[in-house]
Amino acid sequence: MKNKTWLYWLFFLALFTAPFYLTEFRLSLLGKFLCFAIIAVGISLIWGYTGILSLGHGVYFGLGAYCMAMYLKLEDSRGHLPDFMEWSGVEKLPWFWKPFENPLFAIFSAIIIPVLLAAFLSYFTFKNRIKGVYFSLLSQAVVVVFVTLFIGKQEWTGGTNGLTNFSTVFGFSLSSPLTQIVIYLLTVLLLCFIFIFSRWLTRSRFGRVLIAIRDSENRVRFLGFNTTTYKVFVYSLSAAFAGLAGVMFVLQVGLISPAMMGIIPSIEMVLWVAVGGRNSLIGAIIGAIATNSAKSFFSENYPDIWLLFLGGLFISIVMFLPNGLAGLYESFVQRKGRRERRKNEAGSHVSRSVS
Amino acid sequence: MKPVLMCREVLVDFAGFKALQGVNFEVYPNEVRFLIGPNGAGKTTLLDVICGKTRACGGKVIFFSHDITKLQEYKIVKLGISRKFQSPAIFHQLTVWENMELSLKQNRGLFAVLRAKMSTEDREKIVTLLKRIHLLDYAYQKAGALSHGQKQWLEIGMQLIQEPRLLLLDEPIAGMSGAEREKTGELIHEIALDCAVLIVEHDMDFVRRFSKQVTVMHEGKVLCEGTMEEIQQNEKVAEVYLGREEKAC
Ligand SMILES: Nc1ncnc2c1ncn2[C@@H]1O[C@H](COP(=O)(O)OP(=O)(O)OP(=O)(O)O)[C@@H](O)[C@H]1O
Ligand SMILES: [Mg+2]
Repeated sequence: MKNKTWLYWLFFLALFTAPFYLTEFRLSLLGKFLCFAIIAVGISLIWGYTGILSLGHGVYFGLGAYCMAMYLKLEDSRGHLPDFMEWSGVEKLPWFWKPFENPLFAIFSAIIIPVLLAAFLSYFTFKNRIKGVYFSLLSQAVVVVFVTLFIGKQEWTGGTNGLTNFSTVFGFSLSSPLTQIVIYLLTVLLLCFIFIFSRWLTRSRFGRVLIAIRDSENRVRFLGFNTTTYKVFVYSLSAAFAGLAGVMFVLQVGLISPAMMGIIPSIEMVLWVAVGGRNSLIGAIIGAIATNSAKSFFSENYPDIWLLFLGGLFISIVMFLPNGLAGLYESFVQRKGRRERRKNEAGSHVSRSVS
Repeated sequence: MKPVLMCREVLVDFAGFKALQGVNFEVYPNEVRFLIGPNGAGKTTLLDVICGKTRACGGKVIFFSHDITKLQEYKIVKLGISRKFQSPAIFHQLTVWENMELSLKQNRGLFAVLRAKMSTEDREKIVTLLKRIHLLDYAYQKAGALSHGQKQWLEIGMQLIQEPRLLLLDEPIAGMSGAEREKTGELIHEIALDCAVLIVEHDMDFVRRFSKQVTVMHEGKVLCEGTMEEIQQNEKVAEVYLGREEKAC
């Protein structure tokens, strides 16, 4: 266990120093992937540790991103109506857009709105003991509802195009490389913090309750735990992570649209975690970075086969690597340990027979 | 003496099939009560009703002075009823020690658990109990890797550490070797020094050896109660149960 900790530090050190060795373009890609890694940590908590498969995290990510984007849009418009509203013939800023002029309110809502939605949805489903596939389907239905809503209310949300064309954040130009580096570093810091916090959670007694729920929820109930509370809590926590990821995403990518919170992205999020290893937080982070790097490599070079590759990847992971990359690493370490032990034993046999 | 548990006219209906048809019986403090009956008599169902897993559609279950008929499972546990299931229900992915840690008598609210730390007192309690159920050497093994008998013990241990006032055991010795059965029987009587125990058991030798009071169930009803000798004399019982067993032998 001890020797693994320094690997984690090394990993985060590599991320922190990335501005020194990556080009501006690659850095912005990595920053985007780190936002996805934040979502992945949350999904690992609910899916890997607690056994709840949510196929709807795109919504929480999207809501977080939209909240931040509303602030950026208003800052960009400098007191005028945002451009897309003028085009759709809106005359006055809708009342619910008003408070988003305040960046703190925007960031606060980017966390609290996903959390409230997640808590509401999960409380009523888990309390009525709806789980497994039914919950997954329900979470997909929520995605459909929100995407339809966001596309339909074009005058409020920018419709299919989403929100884009931002210029400044807190008065700093978003196109300046320095601002982007600062935002990148904030993203790494956030990921680091979320990772440490989640790691602490999973290694505490609370984490053992989560694993116990995954193993046999009924049994946990008969030990006297109200499992609904626990499940609602982790589910909402993962929604908060996704919302925060949305904030950092918009700041770096400068765009959020309904397509980015739809069904396909929601499923892809689960896929990153499956690739990395759902029972491992660091695995989830690496899975998100690796899958997305592969995605951008393929879509730069062979755009046609990316989706095929994605499908193939998922099938082979499910069939051959149920614990993902992290599981692969674990079994490698174990095998190496076994081999060394055997060697030592053989060595001691030899020395015994010699003496 | 006031009973620990009292069932009054308990009815259970599984979509038309009446698994319990008006069960009446009591369990008294520090008693080891055996519940026997042929397959499908409704023994497991009765335990399910007591611990809140299955809802009764009629009648009442009173625990001390609380009506627990409609209470949520975790609240029933809080009152002091704990349940061991027919197939060992332990957490395979956790170690023996962690299994015990979760079962400790504690505040099980979310925020209390988030802040929970293992006190020396708790640690000693777990060690003492693990010794009692002969699992101290396995403390850091995954519970899934234990033998069947050991799993049963672990689960009994998980019930004991909660310091219940009523312990429900469903076929605790299934899958155990002769020596393990003997130890389990003794363990059960030790437990009864602190709480009442209600055991469902099929193994007649075990019942004969460790029982004082036995309740016989048949087709969702209590057929009769008494010591094992009295029950063996009872003709009705012989007809539905013991006789059939003898014939089968
Ligand atoms: N969930 C359920 N739905 C429908 N019928 C059920 C259900 N659970 C139990 N039963 C039926 O109720 C009856 C009583 O079952 P129960 O499990 O209580 O018997 P038992 O006395 O514990 O038997 P065994 O000795 O085999 O464990 C059986 O006929 C069983 O088929
Ligand atoms: Mg049974």
